[in-house]
Amino acid sequence: MRRPLALAGLVAACAVLVVYLLFPLYYAVITSLKEGSDLFRPDYWPTSFDPVNYLRVWHQQSFPRTIANSLAVAGGVVVLSLGLGVGAAYAFGRVRFRGRRPLLFAILTVSMFPQVAVLSGLFEVIGALGLYDNLGGLILSYMIFTLPFTVWVLTAFMRDLPVEIEEAAILDGANPLVLVTRIFLPLLGPALAATALLAFIAAWNEFLFALSFTLSDDQRTVPVAIALITGGSQHELPWGNVMAASVIVTLPLIALVLVLQRRLVAGLTAGAVKG
Amino acid sequence: MPAATPEIPGRVRWAWLFLAPMLVTLGAVALWPLGRTMFFSLTNATLIDLDHYRLIGLGNYLAFDDGLWFGVLADPLWLKALANTLVFAAVSVTLETVLGILIALLLNLRFPGRTLVRAAVLVPWAIPTVVSARMWNWMLNDQFGVINDLLLRLGLIAAPVAWLAEPSLAMASVILVDVWKTTPFVVLLVLAALQTVPRDCYEAARVDGVHPVRVFFQVTLPLIRPALAVTVIFRLLDAMRMFDLVYVMTGTTDATMTLSVFARREMVGFQDVGYGSAASTMLFVVVAAITVIYLAVSRLDLEGRRR
Repeated sequence: MRRPLALAGLVAACAVLVVYLLFPLYYAVITSLKEGSDLFRPDYWPTSFDPVNYLRVWHQQSFPRTIANSLAVAGGVVVLSLGLGVGAAYAFGRVRFRGRRPLLFAILTVSMFPQVAVLSGLFEVIGALGLYDNLGGLILSYMIFTLPFTVWVLTAFMRDLPVEIEEAAILDGANPLVLVTRIFLPLLGPALAATALLAFIAAWNEFLFALSFTLSDDQRTVPVAIALITGGSQHELPWGNVMAASVIVTLPLIALVLVLQRRLVAGLTAGAVKG
Repeated sequence: MPAATPEIPGRVRWAWLFLAPMLVTLGAVALWPLGRTMFFSLTNATLIDLDHYRLIGLGNYLAFDDGLWFGVLADPLWLKALANTLVFAAVSVTLETVLGILIALLLNLRFPGRTLVRAAVLVPWAIPTVVSARMWNWMLNDQFGVINDLLLRLGLIAAPVAWLAEPSLAMASVILVDVWKTTPFVVLLVLAALQTVPRDCYEAARVDGVHPVRVFFQVTLPLIRPALAVTVIFRLLDAMRMFDLVYVMTGTTDATMTLSVFARREMVGFQDVGYGSAASTMLFVVVAAITVIYLAVSRLDLEGRRR
């Protein structure tokens, strides 16, 4: 960056980029702080700071409930997929057995499934288990997209751990269960954080299954609730409420992502690039 | 795989023991439901009563009766949805890849404030799709939207545009939002790949006075190609099954109907599980075919290495 012209170009490119990336969120925030007819006048700068939309959304009985549902589902998904994934990653990453590669390949193929392709079959499974219109049904069905990448990323990390640690433990007479829970689990900390975050986000954002497998308001998750906020017609949509609800469910997620960004990127790229 | 893993008696049996719960779960939520969906596609099952149905052969796919063709493959709306999905996937993935590479190259430069810009890149990725759809719906609103306001002020349009209601613009609008939302994913993966390119490569090229654009195409691109190929297939598979963004932004209108939206509407909206399952199975077949073709063309195995 020696020449001033190049520097100016760089600054301009970054400015355009940042505005492009952040403007929709910024606009949602300033909209959410407006009320009444102000809403329908496009403003580029914040003109009012009225919290009424937030209060209204928060005091709608179903909204806090919806957030609790989403937290429960995403938390359950994280626990279940890590619980199932760590053991599987040990088997794939540390043990040489017949059929290992084809099986790993098959699991990766599952992440290719369009969710709609299993929809009617899953209706039946969830119905048979008595989990229709139940958060448990969502947690179970979300395994279809969180398990493949959890197994994949954890396997990639597990494979990279030095063999000496394992040797020492085995010489001390540890069986694989002890090995996984006492030796590998603590070493996998960063990988677990990354996969947990990715699974949490995927579950928090999921829409198709949540829309299809729940029916009553008190079993709805956040994306479904926000998608279903309606008014009398397109033009009567309570945009202030919609934007306030959107901001409430988005800001914590963004904070989480920014705080954990280094781990998150490590997890994403381990899954995609390392193999 | 470590070269010499120490031996424990019954190690392989332990491995299967560890795998079993995960395999059973995936079987229950993926393999079995996929099989059942394929089976339902050969029946006249309805959502109201999933237990009573009759096998009707391939009638949900294609049937000739009384001089007319019936079934998903002869359904003009399904064909429209197929075309929509292919256009959506091709255009959005192409734009995301090009834009993603450009942004990644920018972020690969060393400059003060780089970490801030990189943090900003994560924001659209972290916003739930449904929320992005609603934010953009508001911005694209024909009467009160900020996009129309901005374009009017800049004199680029003479009258407000109905971005989502006008069939010829609705697809473009959805693609625009998808590009905004998913380019960050491409940026992150390409940036990670760029950071593995040794700096000496650039130094050598600079000393030789090679133009930067040529350096990109002849040095950088071949080196990041495997990672890029993996990124593109992830994006492509995601785009082919697009549901949420389209559903929330434009509902089930013909102009933007994708294969997933079509299948779900038949299955849940019209309760016709047989017909909907046939549409779902066709989506699975289309996605599988595209994957196989892509892997063959890019000569990539699924572990991200080139054969």
